[in-house]
This record gives sequence, structure tokens and C-alpha cells, in this order.
Amino acid sequence: MNEVTVIIIDAAIKAAVMALVLLTGFAYMTYAERKVIAGIQVRRGPNRIGPLGLLQPAADGVKLFLKEDMMPTGADKLMFNLAPIITSIPALVIMAVIPVAPDWIVNGYTVRFVVADLNVGVLYLLAIGSIAVYGIVLAGWASDSKYSMMGGLRSTAQVISYELAFGLSMVGPMLLAQSMSLRDIVHAQEARGIWFMFLQPIGFLLFFITGLAELNRAPFDMPEAEQELTAGYFTEYSSMRFGMFFMAEYIKMIAVSGMVVTLYMGGYLGPFVNQFPPLGIAYFSAKVFFLLFTMIWIRGTLPRLRYDQLMSFGWKFALPVAMLNVLATAIVLVYVM
Amino acid sequence: MTVQVALFIALAAVAIVAAIGLLRAKNAVYAALCLVSNFGVVAVLYILLGAPFLAMVQITVYAGAIMVLFVFVIMLLGAEHLEHEDHLLLQGPLGWLLGLGLAGLVTFAAISANLSAPAELPAEVSANFGSPGSIGHLLLTEYVFPFEVISFLLLAAMVGAVVLTLVQREKKARRSLRNPQQS
Repeated sequence: MNEVTVIIIDAAIKAAVMALVLLTGFAYMTYAERKVIAGIQVRRGPNRIGPLGLLQPAADGVKLFLKEDMMPTGADKLMFNLAPIITSIPALVIMAVIPVAPDWIVNGYTVRFVVADLNVGVLYLLAIGSIAVYGIVLAGWASDSKYSMMGGLRSTAQVISYELAFGLSMVGPMLLAQSMSLRDIVHAQEARGIWFMFLQPIGFLLFFITGLAELNRAPFDMPEAEQELTAGYFTEYSSMRFGMFFMAEYIKMIAVSGMVVTLYMGGYLGPFVNQFPPLGIAYFSAKVFFLLFTMIWIRGTLPRLRYDQLMSFGWKFALPVAMLNVLATAIVLVYVM
Repeated sequence: MTVQVALFIALAAVAIVAAIGLLRAKNAVYAALCLVSNFGVVAVLYILLGAPFLAMVQITVYAGAIMVLFVFVIMLLGAEHLEHEDHLLLQGPLGWLLGLGLAGLVTFAAISANLSAPAELPAEVSANFGSPGSIGHLLLTEYVFPFEVISFLLLAAMVGAVVLTLVQREKKARRSLRNPQQS
């Protein structure tokens, strides 16, 4: 086999594994969310299908497939069909640049636990994140429904507002590692012997909070405010098209957690990870699980922000603080260290 | 090399189709999406040319930020259906004529210039080519003057936008003070 074939097969296997893991992750995220929220509210949660309700996601999947697929009469057919696809693809590909374990040399062949190691990995995250909004906008617009339209407009306004602070709070780790490659950022945390969340506490908190806003998660789930907008931009969707929006949302949660872990919490770093690299996957997943739990926990405990509070928090607090954080980090790096 | 050429031709075809779609679309949202796909394809061309940084910036800034704002405004104003009253009588055909003329001229120039690859191509581009570090270094050393001029221009535009909205708000406030019934 020549080199190109090896690279293509290598990438295809990794991409397939990543997609599979993310899809399974999505199925069990829905289960975990229902269980954890039930626990917070002193209920039992799903417990009928399978032991402890563990087969609930499979039953939900069957239900979604069998439901009637409806489309509003006035809907723009092409865009109505495209919107769920445009939403799910960025969610599935965004994890491609995140390394989940250090390189592992087996029989002289180096296994890299990352689908694509870009030297502009951080920018790739931003680029894919900014594309993901289109699905939401188009779903709201193509449905020809006032609820969907309002939900779509709110989502767009929110995502645009928070994207600036989100992007700026990635700059801290970039400056500390002096690289845009996510591998280099993890290596820099290893070299310094400290996670960047302790060197950049403001950046870390901002990144997590604005990440929640980017995800339209509670307490920033205005676009889906059930009481006012039914289900927001995907009100008119049913069956598997609805399922795709649902999937994209949960996979994005996993992706944002992965980003926070890589940029601020040492990625795959942990004891003995350099001796036995696959251990990195376990550390990485454990950290991601912790963040996912935190997101569900926040949803279970915090009330939703009002729309104007959400906007003024984004523009008047998060953005200036993120800018000052970048400035301060740069000054400290150049003049103090 | 042939793989790259084939890729380039395919991508260029998509870019041209998207550009034509942008001009011919009857619906502003479709026009905007055509432009987005055009930007996306151009970004892939940048990657083929070994400039991933530029490609990512192209997607983030143009396809992401700017076009999302366009789509957002089109939706907010409900302006997706373009007016079809043709006030332009002569301009349409004239545009076609001039456009085709320009295309012909460019093709003619490209053919008659007898373009050929330089005899000695560097065997491999340096690893630093097009990396964020080298672009930043160039921007702040060799091109620092144009860079600063552009940033100043952008700052002025930003201040202008803020001032324009402030003036309108003040007028509205004054008007509503004078005749409270009307507002």
C-alpha cells in the first residue's frame, strides 16, 4: 500500500469511529439528562424499558422513525429538508481536530488519536461553529410559522452575540501555548504542569458560559422557551427531521465539552498517560462526562434568563471581560514572563 | 498532481455555479446561501493552495459572521421575495454583453500570455508557509502600514455606525417628548 492509501484508510476508520461514538453518546445523553434531572427533582426518570430504563433511547429512536413526517403547506420544501442536515453535519465534524490521546507507536506505526491534526485547529472550531447557525436560521425561516420564525431569529441573534466572546475566550490558551494547534495546546499544559483553567480562570468561566449560550442550553435556552414559543425553530418538525435537530443539539454539547476539556482542562492528560496512550481516552471521556453532568445540573437548577438580560449579558459583560482578559494575558506574557 | 487538477476543476465549477445562482436566484435567502457556498468552495481552494489559515478565516469571517448577518437581516425584514419590476431596459442585455466581453478578453489574455510554470519550482514549500505565525509576523513587520490603515478605517466605520443609530434615537426621543399622543 502506498502512503496516500494508508492516510485515506486511516482517516476513514477514525472518522467512522468518531461518528459512531458521537451517535451512541447522543442516545445515552438523552437518557442521562432525563435520569439526572429526575434525580434533581426527586423522581425516578425512565425505568420501564430494559434494566434501569437503559433501553429507553432505543425505544425513542423507534418511535421517532415511525412517527408521521409532516411539512407545513407554506414551507419552502428544499430548505425545510436541508435545514436538519445543515444543522447536524457541523455538529458531527467539529470534534475532528480534538486529540483524545497522545500518539501511540504500535509495531512501528504511529497511531494518532485525532482525525485531523490542523495547525489552525482552534480556528477550525470557530469556523465550523459559525457555520452551524445556518441550520437554525433556515429551519425557522423555511417552516413558514411564526413560532419557528421567532425561535430562529432569537437563536441567530443569541449565537451571533455570544460568538464574539466565545472566540475571544479561546485566545487565552492560544497565547499561553503560542500555537493554534490543539495538540500543541495540550502539550503546553503538560509542559507547564498545570491546566490552563487555573492560569486563565476568567477565560475558562467565560468559555464555559458562552459555550452554553452557543448551545442554546439552559439558562440560555430562550430560543426554545416552551411557554412562549412552543419548541422554537423546530416547532414544525416531526419524525426523523426533528430527531436530527435533537441529535445535533446533544452532539454539540459533547463537542463543546470536548473543546473546554482540550483548551482548559488538560485534554487527555492524566497519570501514566505517556506510558500507555489509550489511557488518554479514558481521562478525556471522564472530563467530558463531568462537564456534561455540570450542564445537566445547571439546567436542573437555574431558571431561564429574560431575553434582554441575555443580550445585555453577552454584549455588555461577556464581550468586554473577554477582551480585557486577552489584553491582560498578552501583557503578562510579554512583559512579566 | 492530476488529483489536484481534477479537484480544482470540480471546485471551480461549483464556485461558478454558486456565483451564477447568487445572481439569478429569485429569492434573497437562496441568493445569500449561494454566496455562502461560493465562499466555502473558495476556502477549500485556499486549502489546496496550502493556506489553511486563510481558509479558516475565510469561512469564519465571510461564510460565518458576515453572511449570517445578511440572512438574519433578510429574514428580519421579510425581504426574501425580490421585486421583479424591471425598470432597467437597456442595462440587462448590456450587462450580458459587457460581461461576456470581459470573460472573452480575460480568456484571450490568459491564452496569449502563454502562461507556463517557472522552470525551477521549489521541491517543497517550507513548513512555515501560510502558518498563523508567519502571517502574523508579515502583517506586523512588512505590511504594518497597510494593516494599521485598514484597522483605522474599520474603527472609523464602526464609530460611524454607532453615531448614526444614536442620532436617530435622540430624534425619536425628542419627537415623542413633543407630541406624546403620536408616538
